[in-house]
Amino acid sequence: MAAPEQNKIRVATTSLAGCFGCHMSLLDIDERLFTLLEHVEFDRTPLTDIKHCGPCDVGLVEGGICNAENVHVLREFRKNCKILVAVGACAVTGGLPAQRNHLDLADCLREVYVTEISLASGMIPNDPELPLPLDKVRPLHEVVKVDYFLPGCPPSADTIWKFLTDLLAGRTPRLGPELIRYD
Amino acid sequence: MTEDSRIATLDAIAARHRDDPSRLVQILREIQEALSWIPPDGIDRLAERLHLPRARVEGVAGFYSFLRTDAPCRYRVLFSDNITDRMQGSQALMKSLCERLWVEPGRVSEDGLVRVDTTSCTGLCDQGPGLLVNGRAIPRATSERLDRVAELILQQQPLEQWPPELFAIDDNIRRADILLDNDSRPGDALRAAIARGAGLDAEAAANARSWREANVPAAPGPLATLEEIKRANLRGRGGAGFTTGLKWEACRNAPATPRYVVCNADEGEPGTFKDRVLLTRQADLVFEGMTVCAWAIGARHGLLYLRGEYRHLLEPLNEVLARRRAAGLLGANILGQAGFDFDIEIHLGAGAYVCGEESALIESLEGKRGIPRNRPPYPVTHGYLQKPTTVNNVETFCAAALIAQHGGDWYRAIGTAKSAGTKILSVSGDCARPGIYEYPFGVTVRQVLDDCGAGIGEYDTQAVQISGPSGVCIAADEFDRRIAFEDLATAGAFMVFDASRDMFEVARNFAHFFAHESCGFCTPCRVGTAMLKATMDKIAAGHGTQYDLAEIDKLDRVLHQSAHCGLGHTACNPTLDTLKRFRPTYERRLKSLDFEPAFDLDGALAAARRMTGRDDAGAHLSTEIQN
Amino acid sequence: MTDTFLLDGEDVPFAPGQSVLQAALAAGRYIPHLCYHPEFKPHGSCKVCTVKVGERTAASCTLPAQPGLEIASDCEEMHELRHTLVQMLFAEGNHFCPSCEKSGNCALQALGSDLGVMTAGFRHFFPDRPVDASHPDILLDFNRCILCELCVRASCEVDGKCVFALSGRGIDKHLVVNAASGKLVDTDIALTDKAMEVCPVGVILRKRVGFAVPIGARRYDQRPISAQALDDAPRPPSGDGRCAACEE
Repeated sequence: MAAPEQNKIRVATTSLAGCFGCHMSLLDIDERLFTLLEHVEFDRTPLTDIKHCGPCDVGLVEGGICNAENVHVLREFRKNCKILVAVGACAVTGGLPAQRNHLDLADCLREVYVTEISLASGMIPNDPELPLPLDKVRPLHEVVKVDYFLPGCPPSADTIWKFLTDLLAGRTPRLGPELIRYD
Repeated sequence: MTEDSRIATLDAIAARHRDDPSRLVQILREIQEALSWIPPDGIDRLAERLHLPRARVEGVAGFYSFLRTDAPCRYRVLFSDNITDRMQGSQALMKSLCERLWVEPGRVSEDGLVRVDTTSCTGLCDQGPGLLVNGRAIPRATSERLDRVAELILQQQPLEQWPPELFAIDDNIRRADILLDNDSRPGDALRAAIARGAGLDAEAAANARSWREANVPAAPGPLATLEEIKRANLRGRGGAGFTTGLKWEACRNAPATPRYVVCNADEGEPGTFKDRVLLTRQADLVFEGMTVCAWAIGARHGLLYLRGEYRHLLEPLNEVLARRRAAGLLGANILGQAGFDFDIEIHLGAGAYVCGEESALIESLEGKRGIPRNRPPYPVTHGYLQKPTTVNNVETFCAAALIAQHGGDWYRAIGTAKSAGTKILSVSGDCARPGIYEYPFGVTVRQVLDDCGAGIGEYDTQAVQISGPSGVCIAADEFDRRIAFEDLATAGAFMVFDASRDMFEVARNFAHFFAHESCGFCTPCRVGTAMLKATMDKIAAGHGTQYDLAEIDKLDRVLHQSAHCGLGHTACNPTLDTLKRFRPTYERRLKSLDFEPAFDLDGALAAARRMTGRDDAGAHLSTEIQN
Repeated sequence: MTDTFLLDGEDVPFAPGQSVLQAALAAGRYIPHLCYHPEFKPHGSCKVCTVKVGERTAASCTLPAQPGLEIASDCEEMHELRHTLVQMLFAEGNHFCPSCEKSGNCALQALGSDLGVMTAGFRHFFPDRPVDASHPDILLDFNRCILCELCVRASCEVDGKCVFALSGRGIDKHLVVNAASGKLVDTDIALTDKAMEVCPVGVILRKRVGFAVPIGARRYDQRPISAQALDDAPRPPSGDGRCAACEE
């Protein structure tokens, strides 16, 4: 598969069960963004507002898998991206949303919508437009094959920069201990 | 039972054991038997009496499968869950018993009457399915016999009043050789050992000593016995095959005293039951061998660690011990030899396979969690209570007794050049005559299969699991291999699988076994065995991929490189052996994909569907795609 | 002349009774480790310090140093093993660093970072483990327990209290506290106990002092654990290895 534009690497990004903090960290590479854009063209990403992912070289996925829609999006990324990268604690471990994993989902829904005062006036929402939650929140690598992992909450701008420049240069990304952070 | 009488029962048990913390496992086991659980106030009381931290007592009670701290229940039914029990229909039988008793597997019935669950192999593979009711073994489970069991439970009949035929266990000795067919009478071996030494004088014995024995006062009789054991080239029968004579010599040469003789009768390897038969039929020979060892190494105390599953053998064995004491074969001045004092006590296990590992067994004998020790130092110098200890298998002690009686040369002439003597095999699985077979070392697998009536009829034998899950699984093209230390070393298990059996399911059963029995001390085994189990379950559920097979290889490498003891080292063996020899049974379960989730994605939405009442297309996840 | 063994091709001197790991650390040579602590009897359970001894492998913390041993530690095979062992620990518990007070001071985290661990790789167990907040000054978060038994050893060998012990078996093995209620508040633990200091991860925490040190200034922010461990190495034992309460 050739990149649509000569010599430019096509990159897609998305946030699943995440907080967009990893995307913010990507923007934190600041003026290096210009250098990046010399080599990269963005496909689906909140930055371009493209809604569906076409064939890409690299997919950067933030956030874990907490509902059916996350699964669909992740599969779309996996199908279209040659290299899939789990970006940030939630994508790598399930992260903050996975802190509900030791609770029973039915109990959670009951607590939020039925027994506690809530917006749903005592009803568990059943609108087909709403994605159903999975019983447990999963890291990406438990749902599809993941090629690279970038831990951190979020990974720092320097970490993301080092990772991307390695990747774009065709080097296996090697981050030293100073860039591998889990918080 | 009222709280007061519970505590009184507990006090009596603890007092009988002199409130000795090193007897904690024995105390807890007896409390379990008397009260049907270890109540929280009982733990408090024991901690107080034994001067142990409460958490320590709780930790020991929490280690052993047969000790329950969660809830009392009058009848605890445990189905043996070895693959051979499953092949004999244990799962369906357990299900129907649960229905009969209105209980869910693994949960105490609401009235606290009964709990039905599975346990690791109970050593009744030749007459399975086996089960334990309150620790008492019942062989040959059939729906008729289980109907009987259900009735007795529902009528709340005390176990002592259950019909004895329910508990009748057959020996099934199909081929006997020197061990199982000997004309030794109690004391013969000891008399021979003592007589052999009488010809030597102390000076000659001293001159015969090796440099390693420099500290040990010359004792001609014992040295002569040690010489015979060494000359016999006897090797340990528990599986590892260490030279018995060297072990005894090292223990004898260890400067500290007292020294201990320990008989490892914690026969936990699934598919093994030879020690059960030896302890039933040749108990005198076992004790005689221990006493010969005591004579050779200069020990005064012996311990036999009997696996909890063989609880039914405790009273008969104690009777044999009493008889031997009365006959002057145990106690002070054995056979009139001044200073030859030795006695044996039986400790019972409480459901922990890992205690078959000798240092874990010693920990358990000391009343602790059965965690294998760091080595060195080895038990021969720092064993029971940190004193020199010789630990041998039941069968090894039997052989040692015969060697003491008939001499090392006699013994060495039997078997092969590198594997002296005979080996007892526990044959089970798909064969006409399961049971106990004793052969001189060097017998081929094919010979055993012929003798036990395997491979005849509709299905041919496709595999034999030698030496249990921690041993090796061989296929038909290897049936000319020999049972011997130089080829197929074995602790005795010999499980036969005909062509109708799914070897993947065999390996999966073993993966579950190891995960259940891992002591949890070291990271690789604690986590790795649980991961192996999950991976095998993933493949069984149809979610497996090539990626998972690679993952199994990785786990095996890590376990081999870094596990603390043999349990972890060998935990992947059944999987790798069957992957090598029966790969298609794995492959036909795999998705033709690189990767699949381990869990059912659509199933993961089930709870949310239930709670929202939705069943539209968006409320489901297909499992199709992937790259 | 002192006895020596070879570690990755270089001589390491040792004193009688030292393990390979102790001798290596004393000589300024780092072997990654986790459950070993210079002040306690080596334990050998995490297996992170595993090294090659000829063709075999052994945990270096419990391997007695002997003249002439040929040890390989800094090699691809051992790196890979340690990497996998640390991944196993991450997958086994619930380790969510961003919300952990111990982050930046956590040995598991620092080791992961030093060994280049980017993901637990394996499927997470997501175990259901309790938090014990019963004590007014101390929090126990068992989600992060790696079962190294350092608190067990410290409480027994130094504090003489045996506040902690292990129960269960296999993957169900877990820490228990020395109280019928099972609650820390009912034990005699004190803030001054050695057991309060030794947890390498975020299980035993002082309340109301979390996140006091900003990111960048925490223990492992400045120096990787490989450097830190060498600073900590040659200390004499602070207990005599015996506990008055349990006589062990």
